[in-house]
Amino acid sequence: MRYGRRSFILSFITAPIALYIVFVISPYVQAFYMALTDWQGYSPSMNFVGAANFTRLSHDSMFWLALRHNLYLVIAITATVVALALFFASMMNFGGSGAGHGGRSAIRGVRGSRFYQIVYFFPSVLSVTVVAVMWQFIYDPKNGLLNGFLSAIGLDSLQEVWLGDHNTALWAIAVVAIWGSVGFYVVLFTASMGSIPHELYEAALLDGATRLQTFWRLTVPLIWDSIQVAIIYLIIGALDTFALVQVMSIGPGGPDNSTQVIALYLFNNAFSYSKFGYASAIGVTMFVMTLLCTVVALRFSRRDRVEY
Amino acid sequence: MAVATRASVRSVLPAAARPRFSVRFSGLLSHGFLIIWAAMVTLPLLWSLLSAFKNDQEIFDSPWTLPKHWSTASFVRAWNQAEIGRYFFNTVVVVVCAVTLTLLLSAMLAYVLARFDFPGNRVIYFAFVGGMLFPVFLALVPLFLIVKNLGMINTYQGLILVYTAHSLSFSVFFLTGFFRTQPAALAEAALLDGCSHWGTFFRVMLPLARPGLISIGIFNFLGMWNQYLLPLVLTTNPHRFVLAQGLANLAVNRGYRSDFSGLFAALDISMVPVLVVYLIFQRRITSGMTAGALR
Repeated sequence: MRYGRRSFILSFITAPIALYIVFVISPYVQAFYMALTDWQGYSPSMNFVGAANFTRLSHDSMFWLALRHNLYLVIAITATVVALALFFASMMNFGGSGAGHGGRSAIRGVRGSRFYQIVYFFPSVLSVTVVAVMWQFIYDPKNGLLNGFLSAIGLDSLQEVWLGDHNTALWAIAVVAIWGSVGFYVVLFTASMGSIPHELYEAALLDGATRLQTFWRLTVPLIWDSIQVAIIYLIIGALDTFALVQVMSIGPGGPDNSTQVIALYLFNNAFSYSKFGYASAIGVTMFVMTLLCTVVALRFSRRDRVEY
Repeated sequence: MAVATRASVRSVLPAAARPRFSVRFSGLLSHGFLIIWAAMVTLPLLWSLLSAFKNDQEIFDSPWTLPKHWSTASFVRAWNQAEIGRYFFNTVVVVVCAVTLTLLLSAMLAYVLARFDFPGNRVIYFAFVGGMLFPVFLALVPLFLIVKNLGMINTYQGLILVYTAHSLSFSVFFLTGFFRTQPAALAEAALLDGCSHWGTFFRVMLPLARPGLISIGIFNFLGMWNQYLLPLVLTTNPHRFVLAQGLANLAVNRGYRSDFSGLFAALDISMVPVLVVYLIFQRRITSGMTAGALR
């Protein structure tokens, strides 16, 4: 039985580890080094400059603008998606019944909740470019669905050049990100809510708790783990916003840099201006921010785990 | 919402009438909200679907009308002239190969990590799991240079290897957990019966791991099918574009600007197959994708 154990292990781990070292570990390690050089892409000179890139970054007003836009996106997207997803998920799980005192059917999901979940999940399986191109059409000032809808209900005055106005462009993109992610979290929350024992709700209702009380005192604490996962995922996603901006915005990043985000700034520095060293420094900054946000989110959202 | 309604209802109605009315009403209210979002999700999709059948004049006239003549010419134009057909083919080749390779390599590594104790086991495991912490953006520049030095820019194998390598972290993590939950007795029985380690893996353990492999396969398939950033960096030759990239390129470069219905058709060709596959396997897909989030 021992025979061949060693060669078996080696034969199974060599290929995946080699692939992982070449295409994952080595680029990450190189990126950290490159961030400390002044490398300009195809030029042969590559000098070690220490933290100079980071010093420059801290004085780069475009970087700060992009960072601010990312923070707006983080706040807007995370708050809206979590709120909407919790709302819809509780509608599905508990919306089917009101004040049925006692009895088996005190808490019921709405009919057809399966159907809603299937529909809500549609955007989650689409590629971000499909979503971006579709919404570009929707926002089209002349032939788009949104302005067409506003005109159909008589609100022509609210029509906008959504992606062409620097006041609305970033928010228009945030709406698309929200549209694209709510369904996923509805399904996630619905699954966690489904595993909460019904007896808890029946007991709470018998004790005279209102719907809002059962929501805040029972549902939210009991699915807190899922909410935490959702918050961290949404923050990371919003910090990484790239494809939506790159496809939808004018420029991309415009108008007037009103939709400039860090990932796009990194991409342009690397692949338009060949500032490989500087782009890597932006990448390292992104990594540190992602890590910080995750730690902060975990810390501030820590609560006692409720066992049931 | 429902709470406020209930409170006011309670004060007005006699006790006996209370529950029934409230049940009805809050049920309707829930459906109202749920239907609004369902409409917000489906209307844009339906609109994109229908617009491809219109001609450009109809698209300009009103977004709300149905096509007068259901013309499929736009799909032919998108497939041939706009080369969506080629992008589709490229995507299928790359994704099918990369998913297969990911499943094979991650199952092999995960099995060894879960079942065998050897020096370095933990180090390898954490090296793979730790990879999930890093944003891909950080790796972009060096990755581009590595692939370029290997001569694999604009090749299928370049994309396949990079997709696979970047899917290993999560797949190994997921499958290691999966193999750990499987009874060790089965593998031992197979070995006692004279099966080699290789035979035990391929004939006994791999078939048993099918549910886990399907979940992780679906998860990776969707992720790779929708991948945009990596091909954007690693593929510059339009003949090798994948679907997500080709579609974005059409929309961004406006080379196709004069042909709105063609662009809608290109959008539909990118969108509909994924939605159909989703509708067929939706239970598996939702559980596979949400399993990914609960890691």
